[in-house]
Amino acid sequence: MEWLQDGIVLTVRPLGEGSVILDALTRDHGRHLGVVRGGGSRRMAGVLESGNLVRLTWRARLAEQLGSYQAEPNQARTAAIFHDRIKLASIVSLCALVPAITPERHAYPRLFDALDALTDAASDMTTLEVAAAVVRFELLLLEELGFGLDLRECTATGILQDLAFVSPKSGRAVSLSAGAPYRERLLRLPAFLTDANVPVSVACVADGLALTGFFLDRQLLSPHQKALPAARLRLSEMVAAGLGSD
Amino acid sequence: MAAPLAGPEIERLINILAKLPGLGPRSARRAALAMIKRREQMLAPLAAALEDVMRTVRTCTTCGILDSSDPCSICSDPKRNQRLLCVVADVADVWALERAGVFRGRYHVLGGTLSVLDGRGPDQLNLATLPARVRDQKVEEVVLALSATVEGQTTAHYVTDTLGQTAIQITKLAQGLPVGGELDYLDEGTLAAAFGARRPF
Repeated sequence: MEWLQDGIVLTVRPLGEGSVILDALTRDHGRHLGVVRGGGSRRMAGVLESGNLVRLTWRARLAEQLGSYQAEPNQARTAAIFHDRIKLASIVSLCALVPAITPERHAYPRLFDALDALTDAASDMTTLEVAAAVVRFELLLLEELGFGLDLRECTATGILQDLAFVSPKSGRAVSLSAGAPYRERLLRLPAFLTDANVPVSVACVADGLALTGFFLDRQLLSPHQKALPAARLRLSEMVAAGLGSD
Repeated sequence: MAAPLAGPEIERLINILAKLPGLGPRSARRAALAMIKRREQMLAPLAAALEDVMRTVRTCTTCGILDSSDPCSICSDPKRNQRLLCVVADVADVWALERAGVFRGRYHVLGGTLSVLDGRGPDQLNLATLPARVRDQKVEEVVLALSATVEGQTTAHYVTDTLGQTAIQITKLAQGLPVGGELDYLDEGTLAAAFGARRPF
């Protein structure tokens, strides 16, 4: 068995002294693990950083085996955002969240394309744009795993405008007027998720992270006795405290 | 299962040595044999040195460095600039900086970096005492000497946030071309960092 594909580095864990087990997201093979011999070397340390794009050749005698990777650098993306705390925390959060939620070896081409585009463009985007992209990615993550939110119309009245809340029970949008009496029990829906022309604000991103975090936790993590990764919680805290980058 | 090569004492020694970084079972056997063959010159001094280390070495309660005294020799050295504090991940980083002789301030060893994979959060690091230490010792500059990795830089940002309330200068080590480095051998990340940190010449 052998295939060649680009992959985004999610996590790397040491195996023995010189090798590592690489968990990478690929377009056609989904989240796929493999042993990288010599992956613990200094030469490879900068290559196998979360968020980097690597060219992977996977080999195994049988398809169900862990197999081994030959990893070549393609694009070192993460080093370019080391200086920006929110951008770095965003990429670290996504690279921790994807392995916690997605099954192995199940292809999610849209997830790969979205993460590929985000990690590629993160250094050129503003901090706020990257944080907003994290919210959109997490919505996509929910959708791809079968728990997508319905943000098209108000679940109570059917109207398409002034959508301001999301029902924590149904995951469907609620308009401002219909949701006003229950606002304490509803999740806030940031306007940038329903209208691409609305400017993004820090408060909107914080609301977005709270919204996706709630459903990721309830639908995908809690049923498996898991919790949101520490990196994701820290991203929420950082955004809630303000977006000033270093 | 293969029969033991030697007595249980030697097997035990080999098993312990094989757990050390850089040694496997084969090299552990060679090391054990070399020590046993040179019992007086190697084995006895090694046993005495190990016993001394076991008895005397402790972690400095001020900075986290390993030393035979507490506070350690660096913390108690009056010639060192106590207004300069260098935050490092591990004692090995202190040794590297001391070998280079480039820093004459004091250190604060975190005991690792934040790691999602290893489940190492802020509570597992030696961070709680840092703000108080900065305040009490009237530190003017904190140098973040952490690895240029995702974990190292995430930790650096966290330390910066932790010290956010203190009005001190926080600096970090530069990233870029290593001494003797040739451009065509450098990885993209290092080149990007070097370009980003270019300065007038």
